[in-house]
Amino acid sequence: MSDVRDTAADTAGLDTFPRLLMQHARQRPTRPAMREKEYGIWQTYTWADVAARVRSIASGLAELGFKRGDRLAVVGDNRPRLYWSVAACQCLGGIPVMMYQDAVAQEMAYVMEDAEIRFACVEDQEQVDKMLEIKDGLPLLEHVIYDDPRGLRHYNQTFLHGLDEVLEMGRIHDSHHPDFLGNEIDKGSPDDVSVMLYTSGTTGKPKGVCQTHAAFIAAARGGCSFDQLTDQDDILSYLPMAWVGDHLFSYAQALVAGFTINCPESGETVMGDLREIGPTYYFAPPRVFENLLTQVMIRMEDATSIKRKVFQHFMDVARRCGADLLDGKPVSAGDRLQYAIGNALIYGPLKNVLGLSRVRVAYTAGAAIGPDLFRFYRSIGINLKQLYGQTETCAYVCLQPDRQIKLDSVGTPAPNVEVKLADNGEILVRGPMLLKAYYKRPDATAESINADGYFMTGDAGFFDEDGHLKIIDRAKDVGKLTGGGMFAPNYIENKLKFFQHIKEVVCFGNGRDYVTAFVNIDLEAVGNWSERRGMAYSGYTDLASQPQVYELIRECIEQVNADLASDPKMSESQIKRFLILHKELDADDGELTRTRKVRRNFVAEKYAELIDALYTGKKNQFIETQVTYEDGRTNKVSADLRLEDARTFPPQPRKAA
Amino acid sequence: MARKIGGVIVDLQNISLRFGGVKALTDISFDVKEHEIRSIIGPNGAGKSSMLNVINGVYHPQEGQIFFKGALRKKLEPHEAAEQGIARTFQNIALFKGMTVLDNIMTGRNLRMKCNFLQHALYWGAAQKEEIAHRIKVEEVIEFLEIQSIRKTPVGRLPYGLQKRVELARALAAEPHILLLDEPMAGMNVEEKQDMCRFILDVNDHYGTTIVLIEHDMGVVMDISDRVVVLDYGKKIGDGEPEEVKNNPEVIKAYLGTSH
Repeated sequence: MSDVRDTAADTAGLDTFPRLLMQHARQRPTRPAMREKEYGIWQTYTWADVAARVRSIASGLAELGFKRGDRLAVVGDNRPRLYWSVAACQCLGGIPVMMYQDAVAQEMAYVMEDAEIRFACVEDQEQVDKMLEIKDGLPLLEHVIYDDPRGLRHYNQTFLHGLDEVLEMGRIHDSHHPDFLGNEIDKGSPDDVSVMLYTSGTTGKPKGVCQTHAAFIAAARGGCSFDQLTDQDDILSYLPMAWVGDHLFSYAQALVAGFTINCPESGETVMGDLREIGPTYYFAPPRVFENLLTQVMIRMEDATSIKRKVFQHFMDVARRCGADLLDGKPVSAGDRLQYAIGNALIYGPLKNVLGLSRVRVAYTAGAAIGPDLFRFYRSIGINLKQLYGQTETCAYVCLQPDRQIKLDSVGTPAPNVEVKLADNGEILVRGPMLLKAYYKRPDATAESINADGYFMTGDAGFFDEDGHLKIIDRAKDVGKLTGGGMFAPNYIENKLKFFQHIKEVVCFGNGRDYVTAFVNIDLEAVGNWSERRGMAYSGYTDLASQPQVYELIRECIEQVNADLASDPKMSESQIKRFLILHKELDADDGELTRTRKVRRNFVAEKYAELIDALYTGKKNQFIETQVTYEDGRTNKVSADLRLEDARTFPPQPRKAA
Repeated sequence: MARKIGGVIVDLQNISLRFGGVKALTDISFDVKEHEIRSIIGPNGAGKSSMLNVINGVYHPQEGQIFFKGALRKKLEPHEAAEQGIARTFQNIALFKGMTVLDNIMTGRNLRMKCNFLQHALYWGAAQKEEIAHRIKVEEVIEFLEIQSIRKTPVGRLPYGLQKRVELARALAAEPHILLLDEPMAGMNVEEKQDMCRFILDVNDHYGTTIVLIEHDMGVVMDISDRVVVLDYGKKIGDGEPEEVKNNPEVIKAYLGTSH
C-alpha cells in the first residue's frame, strides 16, 4: 500500500481532469478510487481499474461517433460507471451535461434540446423509458447508452446500447489504436468546457452553466488545500450528480486529491451505507442534517425517562462547551470532564449511529442552516462548517476556516476568490472559478457578469467585523414592510424550520403591514407527536387541520416572534397570522425546485386567495388544489383551511446570551 | 413481448378432491404451459387455494391424474414438489417474523444446501463456501426485488406490502420452475399492487418462471395473465385468455357481476 503522499504536489502541474485521472492511475494504482455496494458487499475499484475502464468507455464512445465538443447527457443515481462516463467524455474533449434523475421526461426534453444532445448515458430502464418518450421531439439524439440492463432485454431499438457493449467495443478499439486515447487527452486544454450544469431554475427556465477544467480544478485545489484533503479521505457520494456540490466534492476534488468516493447501494440505504463507510469528509444540505436530528429527537422522545434525562443533561453540557472545545477555546476542567463522560455515553454512540464517527470535515450549504441545528452538530464534536457558492462559481466562494466558526456566517472568502458588496448589499464575486458562459445565452451571461468581471450572485449580505460574510437572503426577496422595517423571508423561515414539527415555511410581507406565513408540518414528527396523544388522523390533510396541531405550530411561531423582537432590525417581521397548508409543497407540482427550495413567487401566485384571506382577517378559506403524483397522474385536493393569529411581542433589547 | 410460451408443463386431468363429504374440487382439468402466467380466479370458497395445494402436493386428490413435465406424477409430499422446482407463497404470510429479511430469504436456499447441520454450526470449510455461494444468489434476488434497504430488518417490523415482497423473494431464492402465488396482492394499496405486478412480470420475463396466480383484483388478473381459469363451487366454469373469460356469460354470472 502506498504511503500518505502530498497529493497536491503529485498533481500540481496537471490542468485537465483526464490528465489528473491518468496521473493517479500511475502514482497510486492500487489505492481505492471508488467503492460501490453491490449484492450487499462493498466492491472496490482502484485508480488503475478506473483509468482502464474510462479508457475503454472513451474509446467505445469514439467508435460510436462521439466527437470533440459533443455533449453527453448523464442521468442517474451516483453510480461509479456514470462517473466513469463523465471522465470518458472529457477524455474525448466532450462536455458532460449532468441532469437530475428525478426530473420528468418533459423537463429532460427541455435540457436535452437546449444542450443539443447527441449522446446520452443513463442509469436504467426508468431513464431509458424517459428517453424513448421524448426521443421523437429530439432529432439530434442519436445514441442512448444504459448502465443497468435490467428490464431492457426486449428493447430492440438500434440506438440503445448497454454500457458493457460500449466498454467491449472500446477495449477492441483501444487494442487496435493504442495511441488514440493518449492523443485525445493531449489535445485537451484547461480552457475547454469540462461540464455543463443546469441551474435549478428558481426563476425562469434552467440555464446551462459552462464550467472549464481550469475553473473546477482551481475550485477543487483551493478546497483541498484549505481542508488538507489527502488520498486517505473517504466521501459518500449520494447527492444528485447534476448538482454542483456533488460535482465539486465527488468528482473534481476526488480527482485533485485522489481520495475515495463511495456510492451507496440505493437511495433508501444511504443511512446504513453511511454507517458502514464512516466517511472522513462529508457533505450534506441542511435538510439532511435536519432530518437526521429530527429522527434522533423522535427516538429520544420514545426512550425511557432515565435515558431521556441523561441525554438531556449531556446535551446541555455539549451546548455549553462542545463547540468551544472544537474551536480550541479555553474550557474549564469541570466541563472538560463532563464532556469526556458525555462523549463516552452519548456523543460517541450518537455519532456512530449517524455514521459520522470518522468525520474530519463536514460541510453544509445549499440553503441557510438554522443556528441551533448547526450548533447541535458542532457541540457533539462534528467539525461541521458552512460554505457558500453557486453553480456559476463551482460552489466555491466562501469557506469557514477551522476554529473560526461563527454560527451565522459562511466564513471568509476562499483562496484566490475576491468578494465585494454592491451598494444594494448584493454579493459580487471574482476569481478563477467563475463560469465561462451560460450555454447559448450571451444575454444572460452579460447580465450576470459586470464590466469589472464580477459575477453578481443575487444574494444580499454583509461582512462582519472579522471579515466573515453573512448572507441574509436573496437580494430580490429582501423587501420592506409598509412600516419601513426590513423583510427577509428566508431569515424568518429558517428560524421556524428548525422546529422539528415544521418542515417548510413560506413567509409573506413585502409591501404589507405585517408578516404572514404558510406552514407545512413534518408528517413524521407531528404524526408521532399526535400518536403519543392518542389523536386519530387519516393523512396529511387531516392532521394539518387538527386544532391541537395549530396550537403546536402557534407555540413555535410565538417563540420565533419573541426571538425576532429582540433583534432591532427584525422586530417588525414578527408573524401575525398563519395557516397550515393542506398539502405538502412538492417539486412535482412546481412549488419546489428539484433541489427542494421553495419557489416563492410561484407559491404566492398559486395560493393568492389564501394570502388575501390572511390579510383580510378571515377565519376560514376554502381551497382546491391539483396535485401531481410521481407517475404523472393528477388529482384534486381540497380543504377548508383555518387561519389563525399568533401573539407578537414589543421590541426589546437582546438579552445577554 | 418476445417471451416464448412453451409446451404444457403441468397437466391436471379430472381432479376431484373431497374432505369427508365436502367436495372441494370436482372433475377439474386444466393445464399450465411453460413460461406463462396462469391465473385462477373465483369467488370465496371456490377451491382456488385447494387447487394450488393439489399442485404442490399438500392435498392428494381422490380422483384424477397430474402430469408434470409430461410424466404421470405419483403421490408426492410438498418437500418433493419443492425439489422438483415448485415454490409458493401463502395467502397469510408465512415468514419467520423474528428473523431478518436476509435470513428468511436464505431459508429459500435450504433445499440446495448440501452440508450437514454440524458443518453449518461450525461454519467452516465447505459449509462456509456453500453459504457464500448461496448468499450471492440471495443477494441477486434482493436486488431484483429492490429490498436492499431492509436486508437486515426483522420481518415482523415491516409493513404488510413489504412482507409480501419478502415472501416472494424467499420463493424466488429457490430458483423455481413454477411459482405458485396465493393472493400476492391481497390487502395492498394501489401503488403496492402496481409494484407487485411489475415484479411478477419481471420474474416471469427475466427468469422465465412459470407462474400460477390466485388473485381477486380483476384489473390485475386481466392485465398480467396469459390465460385464466375460473372456478365456482369447486367446478371449472371458464378457461381461456382474459378476453374470452371476460365475455363468458357463465363467468359473468358467477363472479364478475353485471357491471363488467
